[in-house]
Amino acid sequence: MTATEPIVVMKGITIEFPGVKALDGVDLRLFPGEVHALMGENGAGKSTMIKALTGVYKINAGSITVAGKPVTFSGTADAQQAGVATVYQEVNLCTNLSIGENVMLGHEIRGPFGIDWRKTHKEAQKHLSSMGLSDLDPRAPLSSISIAMQQLVAIARAMVIDAKVLILDEPTSSLDANEVQELFAIMRKVRDSGVAILFVSHFLDQIYEITDRLTILRNGQFIKEVMTKETPRAELIGMMIGKSAEELSQIGAKKSRRVSKEGEKPIVQVKGLGHKGKIQPTDEQIYAGEVVGFAGLLGSGRTELGRLLFGADKPETGEYELNGKKIAINDPHTALKNRIAYSTENRRDEGIIGDLTVRQNILIALQATRGMFRPIAKKEADAIVDKYMKELNVRPADPDKLIKNLSGGNQQKVLLARWLATNPELLILDEPTRGIDIGAKAEIQQAVLDLAQQGMGVVFISSELEEVVRLSDNITVLKDHKKIADIVNDETVSQETIVDTIARSGKEA
Amino acid sequence: MSVSSSTKSVRKNTSRRKGLSINAQMIPTLAAVVIFIVMLIMGQALFGNYFKLGFVSNLFNDHAYLIILAVAMTFPILTGGIDLSVGAIVAITAIVGMKMLAVGLNPWLVMLTMILIGAAFGLLAGVLIEEFNMQPFIATLATQFLARGIASIISTDSLTMPKDNGFSWIGGRGLIIIDNPKISNDLNFNAGVLIALAVVIFGYFMLHKTRTGRTIYAIGGSRSSAELMGLPAKRTQYIIYLTSAVLASIASIVYTANIGSAKNTVGVGWELDAIASVVIGGTIITGGFGYVLGSVLGALVRSTLEPLTTDFGVPAEAVTIVVGLMILVFVVLQRAVSALNKQE
Repeated sequence: MTATEPIVVMKGITIEFPGVKALDGVDLRLFPGEVHALMGENGAGKSTMIKALTGVYKINAGSITVAGKPVTFSGTADAQQAGVATVYQEVNLCTNLSIGENVMLGHEIRGPFGIDWRKTHKEAQKHLSSMGLSDLDPRAPLSSISIAMQQLVAIARAMVIDAKVLILDEPTSSLDANEVQELFAIMRKVRDSGVAILFVSHFLDQIYEITDRLTILRNGQFIKEVMTKETPRAELIGMMIGKSAEELSQIGAKKSRRVSKEGEKPIVQVKGLGHKGKIQPTDEQIYAGEVVGFAGLLGSGRTELGRLLFGADKPETGEYELNGKKIAINDPHTALKNRIAYSTENRRDEGIIGDLTVRQNILIALQATRGMFRPIAKKEADAIVDKYMKELNVRPADPDKLIKNLSGGNQQKVLLARWLATNPELLILDEPTRGIDIGAKAEIQQAVLDLAQQGMGVVFISSELEEVVRLSDNITVLKDHKKIADIVNDETVSQETIVDTIARSGKEA
Repeated sequence: MSVSSSTKSVRKNTSRRKGLSINAQMIPTLAAVVIFIVMLIMGQALFGNYFKLGFVSNLFNDHAYLIILAVAMTFPILTGGIDLSVGAIVAITAIVGMKMLAVGLNPWLVMLTMILIGAAFGLLAGVLIEEFNMQPFIATLATQFLARGIASIISTDSLTMPKDNGFSWIGGRGLIIIDNPKISNDLNFNAGVLIALAVVIFGYFMLHKTRTGRTIYAIGGSRSSAELMGLPAKRTQYIIYLTSAVLASIASIVYTANIGSAKNTVGVGWELDAIASVVIGGTIITGGFGYVLGSVLGALVRSTLEPLTTDFGVPAEAVTIVVGLMILVFVVLQRAVSALNKQE
């Protein structure tokens, strides 16, 4: 570790939005050759801080120096000029262009007759190779590679501008374990070349694995800068949320496992439900008051099965029984009419409607089930919005705020409220805790358990096995578009059980 | 599944699909080529004059303006935008040009003025879109009405060019490649066609060989991504609407020189012809994919549709219906082909 001068010094950064102080005198130092994590709950000001450093937001007070020189950024281009490169959580590349074009956009190599594509692609190849991505073809379309690989391509792009500082804003939230390791390998490479990396992640394991130094924020204020090695987890969490860690980790630990009654009928029972190329014919049943976890790697078919249960994709095969009655669920509208709700894993594109208010986002599904000629009375609407915002602790507690201005965790709570407002019998939650902070995560997990307690059937889809095991009564394990096991979740079941199940099925095949 | 095997499978996948996927983007454009050739062969087989030199010459000479408009329209559509003002810009520049020629002004000055007027409307559209955050559809609808209105205020008469105007040579016989002794069966391209050719080359160079061009495609992919990548999205938007408006004025010069007269109602609906050409040529209306050469082909297909339908005996009143239907069928066909390709 190098203990030289910091390359970036941000001092007393204050950013105000109308009515809110998003950041209040926050300090941040980044050192060359170090991975630095910005820690804090959603709404703590991490994203705002990053946007100050990348020139998206103007700062109201404070100073930024890069390599000893004071700078003011009036746009992302300025920041890039100064050597600050950023890779955002949602990959910000153009899927309509090739990999190489994306890497070199704005930096294409020009000859006497305009852009020299041969040289440009060669240069792109060079940058990809230096990231260990030499077997990617720069001429292939970006859309032909996985999100994870796109993330790595985004880093290669960032390095084209000869960055001194690389900001990675939650790059791991949509990656599986293997892909995270690949990302980390590249991060170490970049770090060792003397670049300062600013890393944001909600996964504590990753923070402890990759980072050297931490800056902790809470409610827009600077709490502390510490060395990762010298800070125990409990202490870190305590600093982030201002509560003790024990309170949080107990959720679901004492959960009394649901006992199924004799002769009880499931809410939903499907036989041979499938869709070619998405999920092979699958049997599944979900009882009232039961949490069924769908576990599997990315692309295992866990989302696809959830979507078929909701009719978001039309099943090609299989029978669907709802409370003992045969029914065809071929589209979401029918599903909603029959009190089945599905919250998407793709919060930004398929979940929230950014330009509507929190209130409108909560009411939209309920209104859709009633049809446009039966508007919800204002009083009733207010009551519903108020009830769920309180119950789920949506912050800020202002239903008239545009949802796009809320943090990820709070957007997720609003989505949950949207589906709860339709009063579903079966609630399918796809990655409800992805990319959100520990506090909001705990609240959502608790909500899932409470809902099941009240008699709702819940399908809980998550890439984090730990929470699947902690919350579920039964676990459906999927692999390669196929259900491979049904596990009754008792004391003997742990994350390892599931990992073993997935690994073993591979050997047989 | 181990680390290496999972990533390998992803990569193998990309290299295997490489050639296929790039082709997928070009399929709609290639389909336009095929359709155009089929149309010509069909015309030739049934009516016997589609391969005649005179027919080919007229196809280009009379539709050079549409080729220029199609190139112009490709720019905004590639970003997912649109420019509805091109037809009206043709009208106002044509009217002003005719008035200036009538009082005997220097034809070069006339052309320059026409282009500057077009540029002014393009700039206005750019300001409305970028500074007032308007949808391109609305902004250019506004400039369309404005341009058409001003043209009508200036004159509602049919204006003809004076003799010896130093302007109509653009629409003259131009470059005679084959001088056929038979009447009206020469292979000749007028200066308008050569201007259109220059415009096509300009469009190709701009879109594929400059950073501005790449930014246009990037905006078509995702405006916010383009901005976060530090690309000058705002400046590029200005360039796009300036370019399409200036090219519209050039189309106006070519068209009026060819016809020799102008009226305030000239160019009504031409923006739609241009959009149809661009779409037939394989550019996706939501932006991000497409080629200038495709638009040129689209313009040629669009231009051939009319003589073909007439030859088939479709009454003149019903020609637009046939044209509309063909465009519909054509686009559905394209969709089907690219959807099929994606599934593989």
